Order: sequence, then C-alpha cells, then structure tokens
Amino acid sequence: MARTPQTLFDKVWQRHEVCAETPSTPAVLYVDLHLTHEVTSPQAFAVLRERGLPVRRPERTLATADHSTPTHTSQIFGGAPIAIESAARQVRELEHNCREFGIELLDLKHAERGIVHIIGPELGLTQPGQTVVCGDSHTSTHGALGALAFGIGTTEVGHVLATQCLLQRKPRTLAVNVQGALRKGVTAKDLILGIVGRLGVDGGTGHVIEYRGETIRALDMEQRMTICNMSIEAGARAGMIAPDETTFSYLEGRPRAPKGEAWERALEAWRELPSDRGARFDREVAIDAAALEPMITYGTNPGMVMPIGGLIPERPGDAAFGRALAYMGFAPGAPIKDQPVNVVFLGSCTNSRLSDLRSAAQLLRGRRIAKGLRMLVVPGSQEVKRQAEAEGLDRVFLDAGAEWRESGCSMCIGMNGDVVARGEYAVSTSNRNFEGRQGPGARTLLASPLTAAASAVRGRVTDPRELI
Amino acid sequence: MEPFIELTARTVVLPSSNIDTDQIIPARFLTTTTRKGLGKHLFADWRYDREGAPIPTFVLNKPEAGGCRILVGGRNFGCGSSREHAPWALLDYGFRAVVSTEIADIFTSNALKNALLPVVVDETTHGWLVANPGAEITLDVRKRTLTLPSGKSVSFPLEPFAQHCLLGGVDELGYLLGRRSDIDSYERAL
Repeated sequence: MARTPQTLFDKVWQRHEVCAETPSTPAVLYVDLHLTHEVTSPQAFAVLRERGLPVRRPERTLATADHSTPTHTSQIFGGAPIAIESAARQVRELEHNCREFGIELLDLKHAERGIVHIIGPELGLTQPGQTVVCGDSHTSTHGALGALAFGIGTTEVGHVLATQCLLQRKPRTLAVNVQGALRKGVTAKDLILGIVGRLGVDGGTGHVIEYRGETIRALDMEQRMTICNMSIEAGARAGMIAPDETTFSYLEGRPRAPKGEAWERALEAWRELPSDRGARFDREVAIDAAALEPMITYGTNPGMVMPIGGLIPERPGDAAFGRALAYMGFAPGAPIKDQPVNVVFLGSCTNSRLSDLRSAAQLLRGRRIAKGLRMLVVPGSQEVKRQAEAEGLDRVFLDAGAEWRESGCSMCIGMNGDVVARGEYAVSTSNRNFEGRQGPGARTLLASPLTAAASAVRGRVTDPRELI
Repeated sequence: MEPFIELTARTVVLPSSNIDTDQIIPARFLTTTTRKGLGKHLFADWRYDREGAPIPTFVLNKPEAGGCRILVGGRNFGCGSSREHAPWALLDYGFRAVVSTEIADIFTSNALKNALLPVVVDETTHGWLVANPGAEITLDVRKRTLTLPSGKSVSFPLEPFAQHCLLGGVDELGYLLGRRSDIDSYERAL
C-alpha cells in the first residue's frame, strides 16, 4: 500500500508524537534537545522548585549565558563585576539553578560559551530530524540542519524541564522555493531579508516554512542558519532545510555528534528525512534569487525592507507607515544609499559565525572605518572568536578601528549595555529593527555583513559591491 | 490558575498594526527573575519620556483609560520576540484580554498559558471597536463570543484544550505530568 508522501516537517513531527493530537487535545511532542539561557529560565526553574519537581532529562538540556552578558573582556575574564546589577543577578540565578537541577552550563568563562543558537550546531548537538526548543524566538535557526526547532515562552520552558515534552497543535506548511544564483555581493542575509519582505511580517503565521530549491542546496551550513534564523520575522513557527551531504560534512567529527557505528546509523536515518517527491504543502511561494540586490531595512519591522539602490516606498494615507518613517527620520521616495550612519554592529545569531566575520574582514582589510563611526564586532561564540583570532581577523577589525569583543547577543537586543544611542543610525547584521530594539530611540537598519562593513568604511549606507 | 469564564469590561485602543513585544516590554526590563511587577514598564517607551514623566498623549496615560481591562490592538499584535514577559506585563498592568484581527502565534500561546485571553475578530467588528474606545464589551469563554454594547455577538476562535484549561483553571503542567506513562513508553522505544 503506497504511503502518502510526507514532508520533512511531517516526518519529524510524527516521530516525536508521544500522544497524537485529537480534536479536544493538542499533541504531546517530545523534545530531543532543550537549550536554555539566563533570561527566559528563572521563572521556569522557580515553578519546578515550588512543585518539588526534578528536571526530567538533564542530559538533554544545555544552558548558556548570552543575552544580558557583557562583551567586555574585563567583565568576563578580568575580574571586573558585571556592570548591570540585574544582569549579574540573572546570570548568578542561572548558575544556581543549573547547579541545583544538575544541568550542564557553559558559564561565563567557559571555552564553549556563546549565543545559544550558535553553539548548538557548532558543538554538533543540533542534529537532523530532532525537535529542538529554547525560550527564544530565533530557535528557528537550528532548522538549517533539518531539525524542527522553535521558540517557546517561559511557562513552556518549565513544561520541557519537567516532562521533556510540549503540548502543540500541528502547524500548516509553507514551501519557499528558491531558484537562481545569488549575484556577487548578494548574500544569504539579503536572500532572507528578501523573503521576509515578500511574505510580510505575518505571512508565515501558523506555518512551518521549508526552504527548498537549487539556491538553498547551494548554500553552506552557516548561510542556511542565517536563512532559518529569520523565519520568525515572517511570523512562521519554524523554518527547515532538508539535510544533505553539506549537512553531514558539517556535522561529522563535531564534539557532540555521533561517532563510529552510531554515526553510520544516524546517517542512514537522516537520509530518509527530506520531503518525499509529491509531498503536499499547504502553501507555496517562489523566489527568484538571481533578481536580488543587497537589501536593507528602512522601517520599524523586518518586512519594511528594500533593495539598497532603491527608493524608500511611498504609502500616502497609511498612518502607521508614516509614523515608522518619522521614527526613522526618513522621507518617502528618498534613496537610502548615502544615509549617514553612526554605528555598525557585526554580530547576533543571524550573522556572527566565522564565514560572516571572514566576509566582513575581507572587505575591511587595509581600510579604516569612517571617522566618528563606532563599529562593534561580537563573534557568536568563544570558539568562533578563537578561530577568527587564529586567522588574524581580529587584527583586521582592530586595525580598521572597530572594537573586538567577547561573544554574546550584545547590541542585537541591547540588554547588556551595548546600545545604540537615541537618534543614532545603526547598520546591524542582526534580525530586528523594531523601535527601540537596540536602545530607546535607536534607528536600526538591518543588512548583511558585507553591507555593514562597506557602510562602516564610508560612514554612510553603502552598496558593498562598490567596495568588493 | 483562576478559572476564566467571562469578562465584562471597557476597552482601551492601540490601533497600530504590528505592535511587537519589544514595544510591549522593552528588553532592558527582562532581567527580572519573577513574573510580577512588570505592569509599570508596560509600553515603557511609548508611555514615558526620557526623563520618566508620563507622556500625556499616550492612550494609557489618559484618565479614561483607568479601569479598562481589555486592550484592542491593530493587526498582528504581539509579533516579534517570544518573551512571555509581554503577557505578564499586560496582566500586571490590569488587562485580562487582547482583541485584534490577528495575533502572533507565540504571543497567543504565552497569553493563554497565563489566562490573558487572545480574541481574534473580523475586520468589521474590529473597526467598530477601534472607532469606539471605552466601549463596555463582554467576552464569554464558554460560548466563545464577544458581545458589543448593542447586544450583537460575534464568535472568536479558541483552541478547545485552551478553552478547557481557561474554564477549569486547569494547569497544563499538571496535564503533562499526567501523561508520564506515555512519555516513559516513548523514551523506552527510542
């Protein structure tokens, strides 16, 4: 009897059903990997403590400190106290909770610490076919390895700690089919910005996206992570890319990946995961990557994005649009190129991996950033930092006049004191340009590492193709 | 959790679409280790000027907003970050429900976990609510209806299990812990 063709998402969902969904009850879904950090966990641990519950599977749980942690070396390794008292308390709370509940913590001085969505794949912890959750919406990043990975709230963090499971209704599926080769100077970041622009900030609501097509197949793993990372900005529950030889080569030999016979067995299972021929998606969208230019946001959500050489759109009569432009200090119909920039941030779980730093360094080599401009480079993990330093990338950034820091979320979310001042324009390789995201009154322009580096050199929004 | 059966209350309107959770509760307030006390930081950067004084033109600072327990927001309310601090801040402030034409997924899930009722209605009903701030409306969780002052009722979607939990004050963690033997079986088969 022929089986109904299944998508990658169907397969992973089905394999994790502890109890199937019914009309009156959601599915109970097993979680293979639970990543946690200091901001969304304290209240969850408190619930377990109140109810006298242990963590069911400490061995499937990993904690790191990344969101409110300082990036100054002095405060991490130099013995200086964490400057923000409430952040210091929160980090101490995580340390205390992990000790009490027996959870592995990559603490402040740990060689493997980093942004939670950088370290999972880096350590070989995130694997194809898994369910991965974290109290953070950019958990979608891990979908790049063919995992079903999504963000959860603190109450659900408690559910997973106590039962290793979540209650979930099955979302719908959206295939984003990408064809065509990315042109020179156009990166994976530009592609996902283009996709978010096309779908809109609520275009993916209620859906899990599968990114498919020759363009996606041609991307390396770090590029795939950039793509999946911003699935949430289109409102999607998660974003997935089917595993293939690129995925397996990336994973092989990583510290926590299976080895020997276990590796061979895993490979066999992973090769079954890609969507079957003829599998149906609830919706499909086609993207032509060859038509893309370097992209940049101009407004106050990631869907307000445009080609860098274009003109800011006009929407007469749209009051919300007008308010967004007023916040940004932009006029409809004006170009965005040559907009003066005060700050450039190269970092975040979207673009702070080695390949991101390499591409920015390549553009910056032998150049200096513009006078009066501040550039902050925050590697995604301590491992990325070490590798970058081994290649001399830190020297390129420092010689250019940028700051080189310890890893963390830093200026993406501005919780740790790394902020953009009121009214300042920041070109940022992060994922959100909401009002005040990087600091009250901050004006964020989201872009690729290449665009960020080029804009740092000129001191104004710059098409990177002019400098590469 | 207290059962949530019905609510009759007045509305406050924030008509902007795409109100994200960074606006609802800015990141600098996320270093708290409890769920309480976030109400004073709700919409902080819209509510207070840089000296910390209330901005008189912001709707929550107007006298007529006092005692309103239902927030009517524009389309795609609660988008962005998964921070559950957003519903916590709304609840601590005094809201019990949010009404829109579209509410983001993670926010919906977080809201339900805290008995903040997310109510999605059609454009026409939403349009009326936006044009009539301060209206007293009734939300019925059992019937899944929103009733306007005129007496007209419209229905809103509510996932059956979430409805069951709200009506019974049912604790989802308790429900999951009750599935222990299924979870044991699943793990044995791994």
